[in-house]
Amino acid sequence: MNKFYLDYLEELESEAMYVIREVWAQFEKPVILFSGGKDSIVVTHLAQKAFYPARIPFKLMHVDTGHNFPETIAFRDAIAKEKNVEMIVASVQESIDTGRVQEEKGKNATRNALQTTTLLDAIEKHGIDCAIGGARRDEEKARAKERFFSHRDDFGQWDPKNQRPELWNILNGHHYQGEHFRAFPISNWTEMDVWNYINREQIKIPNLYLAHERKVVWMNDAWIPYSEYLSHVDTKDVVTKKIRFRTLGDITITGGMESDADTIDKIILEVAALKQTERGNRSDDKRSETAMEDRKKQGYF
Amino acid sequence: MNIDNNQLLRFTTAGSVDDGKSTLIGRLLYDSKSIFQDQINAVENSSKQKGLESIDLAMFTDGLRDEREQGITIDVAYRYFTTPKRKFIIADTPGHIQYTRNMVTGASTANVALILIDARHGVIEQTRRHAFIASLLNIPHIIVCVNKMDLVDYDEQVYNTIVKDFEEFSSKMLTRDITFIPMSALNGDNVVHRSEHMNWYPAAPLLYTLETLHISSDLNKLDLRFPVQTVLRPQLQGFEDYRGYAGRLSSGVVRVGDEITALPSGFTSKIASINVGEQEVKEAFAPMSVAITLQDDIDIARGDMIVRSNNQPELSQEFDVMVCWLNEKPSQPRKKYKIMHANNEQVCMIRQKVYKLDIETLKREETTEEFHMNEIGRMTFKTSKALMIDTYRENRITGSVILVDEQTHETVAAGMIV
Repeated sequence: MNKFYLDYLEELESEAMYVIREVWAQFEKPVILFSGGKDSIVVTHLAQKAFYPARIPFKLMHVDTGHNFPETIAFRDAIAKEKNVEMIVASVQESIDTGRVQEEKGKNATRNALQTTTLLDAIEKHGIDCAIGGARRDEEKARAKERFFSHRDDFGQWDPKNQRPELWNILNGHHYQGEHFRAFPISNWTEMDVWNYINREQIKIPNLYLAHERKVVWMNDAWIPYSEYLSHVDTKDVVTKKIRFRTLGDITITGGMESDADTIDKIILEVAALKQTERGNRSDDKRSETAMEDRKKQGYF
Repeated sequence: MNIDNNQLLRFTTAGSVDDGKSTLIGRLLYDSKSIFQDQINAVENSSKQKGLESIDLAMFTDGLRDEREQGITIDVAYRYFTTPKRKFIIADTPGHIQYTRNMVTGASTANVALILIDARHGVIEQTRRHAFIASLLNIPHIIVCVNKMDLVDYDEQVYNTIVKDFEEFSSKMLTRDITFIPMSALNGDNVVHRSEHMNWYPAAPLLYTLETLHISSDLNKLDLRFPVQTVLRPQLQGFEDYRGYAGRLSSGVVRVGDEITALPSGFTSKIASINVGEQEVKEAFAPMSVAITLQDDIDIARGDMIVRSNNQPELSQEFDVMVCWLNEKPSQPRKKYKIMHANNEQVCMIRQKVYKLDIETLKREETTEEFHMNEIGRMTFKTSKALMIDTYRENRITGSVILVDEQTHETVAAGMIV
């Protein structure tokens, strides 16, 4: 007797492939937002699966804050080469240089919020009508409200009160010229699903996710990697620790955790036992109770 | 984590504002240890600030700024939890005035609907309405949660009366699988753990029921329906002549060698290959996303459908639909809408209203008036080109449509083909 049902990972995969193909079918100029983090890597992998044996029919787009882990940039360039896709790089540094945005000042300054302008400028410049992202609804309470196809007005704004209802598997991507959509194929995945899938599919990820020795500083309740951008830090506070990163953002705001998990199997065991949410170490979310929602309304990814 | 019955179960909750929906979801998440410590800390703090003695479980599900400020739930939100047996997706729908629209949205993908009843009030109009919508949407399983049993001294008689009342009117419903569970979400009786207060109730608590419910047969595995999403023409070395049809099986099973018919053209061929990504497989079934190739070169485009030659859907330009109106702008007769159905899109007109349902009494109301938001009724649609349709009762995917306003691009109606 054959089993005629999918396990939960197969079902999530099938759903995500369906959403990605709908983007391709319904939009003129879609891109995949690629940050070099595990979620966008999984989305890229799913896109490859959805169109095999054809190449991924999307360009990838990286919003480069200029405050990256060097490993992220190396990984990004390797992926573009391996998958034979074009990588659009939208640069926050350029937005600063041209006066589109102003750099934050002070001890906790980050470039996180500046990304929004750069992203929206790039969307306009390249005529992008749908940006596919690796956001998951389990990440944050504002993301729990996201649709697979999420409408943005011509200012790039998200209006949580005016979302299109999504019924069955019918996705409505109709929009006016100048508006765009964000599409989230792995909406229904949790952090654990992503790791289990990476394990099952043997997907390559940056070594930053695996435990390694690194120079870090204790800031805002987390081990922040030491880098040239931490100009306020006293070098005698810098220590070497065996850590890994649970999420990857800007090098200035991504908190590492002490860990011995140096294989995917060990990460899965570790994540299963964790008591903190994934974004608990992201200082950008700690600024206020609705920090993510407020940023998303303005057009943040 | 090793999951031994590793299927995905999607459920939705229905109940009026004070029936304890959020508390029940909070209790499920909390008692199944699916909430992280930092989230618990946050809710503990907020509960203390509000002057509460114990933590307010409902706060685990209210997310947006306006929801916190106004204490209401604005829109469907999705929650996740996993137990050693299954992964769960909860469509958390608000119980407010807009209940119909939200419930339809949440229910459209659900395997199970939880219908909450306040044990003090018993079966009320609202209960009948929720059960009716669940049945209309053909949700395969219903679990009736008789909540707040602590407020009626865990009285078996009260519970039995509610079960009897519900069974009386539900005999006409489509859903055949109905389970009843007496519980107190507030105190955690029969939610994750068995209640010590209700020894008279012999069956399992809610979570165990959700973990073990048989859902493998929820999807139609008999009628092959493969709507084509997009055509793959790689034009790469080694694949010069490859022409694949990418899509997700709505129902049924397909095997290499099967004789198929492509609709609407009616051309026939045989399945040459089936792929899931790089992996070639001999057979595929709903809801798999695959790419298939055929032995013959026939013209197939997005929106076409591949079916078994001896089992075909109806090709129709005029058909009846049960519609739930979703938009603030009411329906307009003779106005042209876009209709989306199984990766196909055509123009559609509302030809005739057969009846509107009075959602309070569930009685049919002959009417020529327009449909307003949250109203449900039967209409006749006329489309510019024939769609390949099944009845919703037989197939939730090829039996469902949405209407899109050509001016605003908004999704204005959800329809189930009768």
